[in-house]
Amino acid sequence: MSTLEIRAPGAFASIQDLGRRGWRRVGVPWAGMLAPQWLRIANRLVGNADDAPAIECFDGGQQFVACDGALRLAVAGDAQLEHLSADGRRPLAAWRSVTLAEGEALRVVHTGAGRLAVVAVLGLDCAPVLGSAATYARAGLGGADGRALQTGDRLVVAAPAPTPELQLRQPPMPAAGPIRVVLGPQADHFLPASIDAFLSASFEVTAEADRMGVRLAGEALRHRDAAAREIVSDAAVPGAIQVPGNGQPIVLLADGHTAGGYPKIATVISADLARLAERKPGETVQFSAVSVAEAEDLARAAEQSLQACLAGIAPLAGDGVIDLDALYTRNLLSGIIDGREDDGDAP
Amino acid sequence: MRILDLGDTAFTVEFGEAIDPALQARVNALDVAITRAVAGGALAGVIETVPTFRSLTVIYDPLQTRRATLEAALAGLIEAADHAPAGGGRHWRLPACYGGAFGPDLAEVAAATGLDAEAVIAAHSATEYVVYMLGFLPGFPFMGDLPAALQLPRRSEPRVRVPGGSIAIANGLTAIYPWESPGGWHLLGRCPVPLFDATRTAPALLAAGDRVRFTPVSAEAFGHLQAELAAGRCDPQQWCSPAAEDA
Repeated sequence: MSTLEIRAPGAFASIQDLGRRGWRRVGVPWAGMLAPQWLRIANRLVGNADDAPAIECFDGGQQFVACDGALRLAVAGDAQLEHLSADGRRPLAAWRSVTLAEGEALRVVHTGAGRLAVVAVLGLDCAPVLGSAATYARAGLGGADGRALQTGDRLVVAAPAPTPELQLRQPPMPAAGPIRVVLGPQADHFLPASIDAFLSASFEVTAEADRMGVRLAGEALRHRDAAAREIVSDAAVPGAIQVPGNGQPIVLLADGHTAGGYPKIATVISADLARLAERKPGETVQFSAVSVAEAEDLARAAEQSLQACLAGIAPLAGDGVIDLDALYTRNLLSGIIDGREDDGDAP
Repeated sequence: MRILDLGDTAFTVEFGEAIDPALQARVNALDVAITRAVAGGALAGVIETVPTFRSLTVIYDPLQTRRATLEAALAGLIEAADHAPAGGGRHWRLPACYGGAFGPDLAEVAAATGLDAEAVIAAHSATEYVVYMLGFLPGFPFMGDLPAALQLPRRSEPRVRVPGGSIAIANGLTAIYPWESPGGWHLLGRCPVPLFDATRTAPALLAAGDRVRFTPVSAEAFGHLQAELAAGRCDPQQWCSPAAEDA
């Protein structure tokens, strides 16, 4: 057994897995990773089960130290990383596993173009609560004592066997284009002109964006009339876009309420939700509408491309810590992506 | 009845738009029917259902099934539920200590409703409430209907901290806060029975469709019950009668 010490939790970090199913009926949200596909990749890279708990990092600044022995971890996401050892600090690529010797550290410098990075650690031990280790801090469920990670937290992990480190040959391509939604359940509470505006205007991600939801700012979406600004509460799911009286949409995420009294103009499709959660404050989003059947097809297509991605996991070419500069110079970057740039070198 | 789109992982079967025990009964009937079908191995891909005041949301895995498949499979159950009679659910008699530090808004509610404090307590505790749904916080029960004489809008200034166990009212509803949280409802008293405990087999004390009535107890009795519950010498089920005894 080794220990992972949280030297710095950065902007925000919490233990998450694929979430807690079956309790929405009593008001318990799923919680779980905002980018669940990355959890599966990161876990596969370290040799965990796909749904094992891992650490979700927001915006960077996190630092993790190997204590009581070596450990193996992997980061999924477009993150800039550093490996800190007695030899100094060296950049480390995401989308690969790496072994930290006792005393060595991983630093998430920043999360690149998006807000999220997933750090999986071989054998990370976290007791499930109601079937899941996912942290839901509002009700103190899961994770480290039911809360986000703090400096000094120590997590029990496994000592790695001397197996090869792995890399993802083809990291998932960041999809471009508008965020796709299915209109409803209360699209009929809005003026037709506001539905048009919702599907054509740009909305800015505000600073009020966290695991519960993302508040957007843009052209006010107008309700049909005053009575249409509220509903008798009904159920919401992650992705639901509620619009309160001020006309500014709020997209609910994994920790969002299970029910609510604001009309929901549309729901972000499951294949695009992580892409929305990744957006940084100040960035803009646009929406486009698809049918339920199209959204289901897109969910299946997204799963297929994730499977293709996972099938491309293979032993790392070379050993030890990758010196990216050297690799660039020697043109050996095949299969390894620098967290900062996608320069088209990937196969 | 109509079916509303909620993305590619859920849809909502809406029986009506009002807060009404008759609608809740239909929601409950469909919920029970689907839960039974899933337990029997039918309806592959259904992850969970969420009952609310007037609708049931069905959440599914789009990799395992499709909306069209489920809608066809559920048509008969929805049709049957649309004609379900009201009633059913467990009956609870929960202890409540009204007023004092536990019910800081009792005097204000009395003044606003033109009743005295005793009459507010009598009216609140004489009514058997339907648990319409759970939400807002894990285990938080939205219950109704509050007697017309007690109906007030929410507080103009919500509290930053409402203590756990607080019994509160707003508009036509009453509720118990499972634990400390912000809240804008009027606080009448406190219930010593924990509403949510992740270590219990059924973490939420109440379920949609249950009936709840409050029994006024003294501050001394409240303290005693709280201590007994904390020490595990008291089973919350003692306040529950599954029999359909009518109040």
